[in-house]
Amino acid sequence: MIILLLTNFSLLASSRLDACIRIITFQGIIIAFLPILTVRETHIIFSYPPYLLALVILTVKGIVFPVLLKHTLRSVKVRREIEPFVGYGASIVIGVIAMTFSFWVCRQIPLHGTTLSASALPVAIFTVFCGLFMIVSRVKAITQAIGYIVFENGVYVFGSALLIEQSFLVEVGVIFDVFVMVFILGIMTFHINRAFDHINTAKLEKK
Amino acid sequence: MELFQMTQSSEIILKTHASFLAALLLAPVIPGIINRTKAFFAGRKGPPVLQLYHDLFKLLRKGVVYSSTTGWVFRAAPVVTLTASVGVLMLLPATGAAPALISFPGDLILFAYLFGVARFFTVTAALDTGSSFEGMGASREVQFAALGEPAFLIALAALASLSNRISLNGIFSELAVNSFSNLPVLLLVMTTILLVLLTENCRIPVDDPNTHLELTMIHEVMILDNSGPDLAYILYGSALKLWAFGTVLISIALPFKTGNYFCDSAAFLGGIFLLAVLVGTVESAMARFRLDKVPKMLITAAALSIIALSLTLR
Repeated sequence: MIILLLTNFSLLASSRLDACIRIITFQGIIIAFLPILTVRETHIIFSYPPYLLALVILTVKGIVFPVLLKHTLRSVKVRREIEPFVGYGASIVIGVIAMTFSFWVCRQIPLHGTTLSASALPVAIFTVFCGLFMIVSRVKAITQAIGYIVFENGVYVFGSALLIEQSFLVEVGVIFDVFVMVFILGIMTFHINRAFDHINTAKLEKK
Repeated sequence: MELFQMTQSSEIILKTHASFLAALLLAPVIPGIINRTKAFFAGRKGPPVLQLYHDLFKLLRKGVVYSSTTGWVFRAAPVVTLTASVGVLMLLPATGAAPALISFPGDLILFAYLFGVARFFTVTAALDTGSSFEGMGASREVQFAALGEPAFLIALAALASLSNRISLNGIFSELAVNSFSNLPVLLLVMTTILLVLLTENCRIPVDDPNTHLELTMIHEVMILDNSGPDLAYILYGSALKLWAFGTVLISIALPFKTGNYFCDSAAFLGGIFLLAVLVGTVESAMARFRLDKVPKMLITAAALSIIALSLTLR
């Protein structure tokens, strides 16, 4: 959980795109192990859905997303995020405020019997916030796609923290939805680049 | 046999005084170890480990030269630095085995502010010399201190809320009891304190203690005009400062106490020497950061300490 928290902070802090892709790969791999952790709580060890779900998430988030994003990066030929709207220090400060806010919010909610550790829910809300913040504050289209992936990771952790048992079909449906979304975002980025010769969304408004 | 029987309290008094004196005597060894480690990485043999002792004795025998532009602040600053460093060492469990010489609730704020007083006098003395070079060093020093002090204080606050005590002595004796359950918080706090240690003691990612070039000096430049015993006081005070920060770090890192005074002291001294080797390794492996990256590093340290604090308050 704490590693997840720290990966969110490092995402807020880094401006290099390939570092961002590596961090969300790492995040996806950590999240893929969450269904296996819930198995211990429900004492049903040999049912296959959690392991299969973990495998699916591992494949999609750990392999497919980085491959898609790197392919898009290579076809668009950008190296780093140039001048985001919110700089490094301010991003970290906003991240800290968001983290304390999410911890405070989760103290107000009466929780009974979460399947994961007690800090899973605040970290999930914080991940959602980080994803949305990245979409809003970054300029390049690829970091906005990365922000969307982070947002979906946060929603998934939120669901895992509150569910008692994993419903396999629903989760796999969500995963494939996200996969299709990232695929389409990659195609869109490629087309934006072909039309405008850059993927700087701030410049799209200018004539 | 009755001659050698000591009561419980007088045994503790003897141990605390012995630890304090040992820390005062052993502090100059640490810069020696760091320099030896750096020389080892560079393929050289390096200065002897006890070099700082020779330097201090040489400087104490020399005369002092005061610039005509300086006033009383310049003469007072080295003495204040030395006194503050010795005062801080009195607040800490000096070799980790015996309790601190002086401890009262809230003394962790005194810890930060004694160093703050020393820094204030050093910076003002640097400005007092009227040299723009030293003024540049003074401005860099206060910039990094303004970012590093909150990080350090919040890390201490995280430790205090973890162990429910607000005295340094109390914190370290409580932390010894159960540390495995608090491992993530302790790791975050240790990372923060390591980053602040590298900043405050002018080590490589922040400041190069070897060069006297404008690009890389922060602490060295403020003491350019000091000479003789003043310089000896400042060098010894900085060695004590390194020992103090190292004590905080090693007391968190070594949670177990066997109860035997000599075992604990030996483990602690081994820990401090290992920390010196680690600092020397970091100094050899990295170049100094570009100066606009240092505030980012300090803000990261502050963020890590805030994460640690919110994890303990959960």
